Amino acid sequence: MLINWFRFASPVSFYPIAGRWSFAFGALAAVLAGAGLVVGLWIAPTDATQGDAYRIIFIHVPTAWMAMFIYLVMAAWSALALGFNTRLSAMMAQALAPTGALMAGLALWTGAFWGRPTWGTYWAWDARMTSTLILLFLYLGVIALRSAIEEPRRADRACAVLALVGAVNVPIIYFSVQWWNTLHQGSSISLTAAPKMAMTMLAGILIMTAAAWCYTIAIVLSRVQAIIVERERGAGWLESLIEWRAGSEH
Amino acid sequence: MKPRHRRFAWIGAGLVALGVAVALVLNAFQSNLVFFFTPSQVIAREAPTARPFRIGGLVEQGSLERDPNSLTVHFRVTDTAQTIPVTYTGLLPDLFKEGKGVVAQGTLAPDGSFHATEVLAKHDENYMPPAAKDAIEQAHKTKAMTMSSMK
Repeated sequence: MLINWFRFASPVSFYPIAGRWSFAFGALAAVLAGAGLVVGLWIAPTDATQGDAYRIIFIHVPTAWMAMFIYLVMAAWSALALGFNTRLSAMMAQALAPTGALMAGLALWTGAFWGRPTWGTYWAWDARMTSTLILLFLYLGVIALRSAIEEPRRADRACAVLALVGAVNVPIIYFSVQWWNTLHQGSSISLTAAPKMAMTMLAGILIMTAAAWCYTIAIVLSRVQAIIVERERGAGWLESLIEWRAGSEH
Repeated sequence: MKPRHRRFAWIGAGLVALGVAVALVLNAFQSNLVFFFTPSQVIAREAPTARPFRIGGLVEQGSLERDPNSLTVHFRVTDTAQTIPVTYTGLLPDLFKEGKGVVAQGTLAPDGSFHATEVLAKHDENYMPPAAKDAIEQAHKTKAMTMSSMK
């Protein structure tokens, strides 16, 4: 079956879909986060060397993965926005930036509170941590650039270029622990090797990662709806939708 | 070629050029991106001598000595090829242990010993419950015993 993807590129047809999916993924995120925290905080065993301090990985690892992945998705939407000149692609990129910044901030913050008991320091300027801090600044830069430019279509293009340029940082973050001597340990979980942790710990991380994905999808779709309302406020379809909503409430 | 194909081509070419530029820059800064030097690099005089730097490796088994009257500790850092003696005065992180990873910041004294001002524990990527760790250690001991009895 051939799907006409361009139909979804129109804010008119995407708006109601975003609303339905946002709710479904939000509910799923709540269930998964509850299950993941039960596995992570009660079922998973204590680590032999780090004690219970290691349990911060159930927040740290999913948020750090999410921070990198959201950036790649944002860069991909930005490339589509530049290439196809579609409004919705730029709106998706705009909607992703605050959640990406949140995830990068959480990864850095939880990492600092993990580093203090395990390494003996909150912060060190090693390659992994420095490149993650740059990732946070890139997100903040994209958000700031958007609000600095008055005209939305020009802001779209400027932010798309910045997002694409910053994308080179993501592989640097990911491979930093392999390329250089870092204080941060190497990857415990990778696609090419067996995980270097107990199975229940891995299960907790994977469930929390699924929760982070669902949360991100839910919140970004909800935000993209708000952006559509803000930017298409002069359009006829939106006014008739609002009138229809108001009419059905009475 | 449609205009949008040309735009995608420009985006692709731009990203490739940027990637190459970043790769060259990172390559040029290779030595500055290193968080610590290994004992072998220090012995080979690759570490800076005029300014403080960090050395990293494993705390050699049986090398930790605590001064009974102060917080001063002596230990040796090894990368299994070379070792460097380290002196440090202060509190050690909880994860500091013989046989485990360590990163120490300080300066190299003329006698070849390292005077640390800060010691950080570097833990590895393995996470396991205490029971599993005991089992692995037991297995290592049994293996060592069978090896020595075969000699």
